[in-house]
Amino acid sequence: MAEPVLEVDDLHVEFRTEEGTVKAVDGIGYRIAKGEVLAILGESGSGKTVHARAIMRILDSPPAHITAGQAKLHEVDVLALDEADMRAVRGAKIAMLFQDPHSALDPVFTIGGQLVELLRTRRGFSKHEAKTMSTELLSRVGIASPEERMKAHPHELSGGIAQRVMVAMAIALEPEVLLADEPTSSLDVTVQAQVLDLLGSVVAENDMAMVLITHNLAVAVGLADRIAVMYAGRMAELGPAKDVYASPIHPYTAGLLRAIPDIDVREERLPGIKGTPPNMLRLPSGCPFHPRCPLADEHCVEEMPPFEEVVPGRWTACWHWTEVTR
Amino acid sequence: MSRPTSTVEGAAGLVDEVEQPTATLWSDVWRKLKKDNQFRVAVVMIAIFMGMAIAPQLFFTKGLDPAQCHLEDTLQSPSRAHWFGTDLLGCDYYTRVVYGTRTSMEVGLIVASATMVIALTLGGAAGYFGGATDMTISRIADIFFCVPTLLGSILLLSLFNTGGVAIVALVLVFFGWPDMTRLVRSTVISGKRRGYVRSAETLGASGNRVLRRHVLPNGIAPVLVFTAYIVGGAVAGEASLTFLGVGLRLPAISWGLQIQIAQTRFSAAPYLLFFPSLFLCLFIGAFVLLGESIRDALDVKLADG
Repeated sequence: MAEPVLEVDDLHVEFRTEEGTVKAVDGIGYRIAKGEVLAILGESGSGKTVHARAIMRILDSPPAHITAGQAKLHEVDVLALDEADMRAVRGAKIAMLFQDPHSALDPVFTIGGQLVELLRTRRGFSKHEAKTMSTELLSRVGIASPEERMKAHPHELSGGIAQRVMVAMAIALEPEVLLADEPTSSLDVTVQAQVLDLLGSVVAENDMAMVLITHNLAVAVGLADRIAVMYAGRMAELGPAKDVYASPIHPYTAGLLRAIPDIDVREERLPGIKGTPPNMLRLPSGCPFHPRCPLADEHCVEEMPPFEEVVPGRWTACWHWTEVTR
Repeated sequence: MSRPTSTVEGAAGLVDEVEQPTATLWSDVWRKLKKDNQFRVAVVMIAIFMGMAIAPQLFFTKGLDPAQCHLEDTLQSPSRAHWFGTDLLGCDYYTRVVYGTRTSMEVGLIVASATMVIALTLGGAAGYFGGATDMTISRIADIFFCVPTLLGSILLLSLFNTGGVAIVALVLVFFGWPDMTRLVRSTVISGKRRGYVRSAETLGASGNRVLRRHVLPNGIAPVLVFTAYIVGGAVAGEASLTFLGVGLRLPAISWGLQIQIAQTRFSAAPYLLFFPSLFLCLFIGAFVLLGESIRDALDVKLADG
């Protein structure tokens, strides 16, 4: 693997609430290289979004606290930076893309105004330079007649166009890492594919690393080089996208894959994963997935399996990974 | 504020799509205000009062001058020569009342703008930064809130023996800022959780910038409405304090002062009380109407948006 751009190591995020402490992210780690797309897959509450906000350092504290871990951008641990240095990192080194583009754009300013302001304050451009650059950015993200669009207010744009504008803002400062938090979940299905294509080409063109956070397996498989599956704040499985898809080595991943309907097989009822996501305040003992796992035994109830590289390039946290079938 | 635009997400590859031309928040509000009779009335009234404040001589014929008094004309009832009659010193009362507009306008605008600056700064900081900043500012505001405004103003004004417009305005601001500061604080608290604030932060905007460029512009509407009310309230406050003898003093020309002097001669010359009171009511009413019509325009926007 090429030189990693971002190295997350043993990241822990806790939410201290009145009912107790929730370990929203409980020791996750990964590396991502230039030009690579890593999809982080997980259900609501698995900690995938929290981990991205922790790296960006935009968690509301209290109740959230980053209790341990590192997120190294090259050799600099962004979790240890002071607020002023962190501000310089945000947008310029690591940018973030949000789920709902309409709420991520300020309704009272035109999109041109917002782009120009960003470029002027962060890159020291003159008004004219910033305008030219903004137009160029908008056309790079596939927006037709960018000069006219500059004058539009966010509510005049459709979801797809607004998300393209957000992509333009995210790449405006030429960051090395893009954290895309469910970038297509709020969009129409037809537009989802277009925006995903755009993200893929933007990452390739700018040689960025992208962490694509999603709960949609199809999105992950379609765009990612590698897939990381999170469950209850921990990593369940990590490996090359096609391998994870073809032969999962964690029963949770296998369950997710089985739940995708197969167009060639007529099934009365789509198999799901039994049970419900765990209560993060009272996690089960041992492996958090054991109450829902078909392979669970005594060992799983008693001891948490380590997250290990069991096959070169493939990691899992399961005592019975050899028995997992798709 | 994002209104549901009925956009057509086109077929694959069709990036540009049909959109209904919608207006921005402010042009929307403006469109509604232009159709609102209440707003028109308020604007016309305020424009007239503005004119009186800036160029009072335009409002009467040459022969009249507020300083030109003839003692022999004392306490004349309204007539063709003296529309509002004359006061004790034989001055034309109409010109005196018109000249009083300037004082009221000064007090109203000074108090409203000073209150707005303080409220935006302190309320904005308290709401946005929270924690100890919020605690300190909110508790100080609470202390001021506890003091009855009128009592506090009387006490404070009796310490100064000058009674100029500036000092009266200062005292009104001194006791009036907590109200609006609280409003700004709560507006900012609800505004800072918005997506665009998050997104600006992830693009490296500083707290100050986020507050100035995103939170305040989006929350300014209720503050503007409140400011219109404050103009009216400040003018009423000035008149009350002056009436009570702690506000403006002669030779200042002020409706409060005119009302105070008129009260002793109410039975002999009721018009001395009537005209400045009428102007005072119309002035305050104009700003209340303005505030209400802006508020309605914004409300309708929220209702159908």
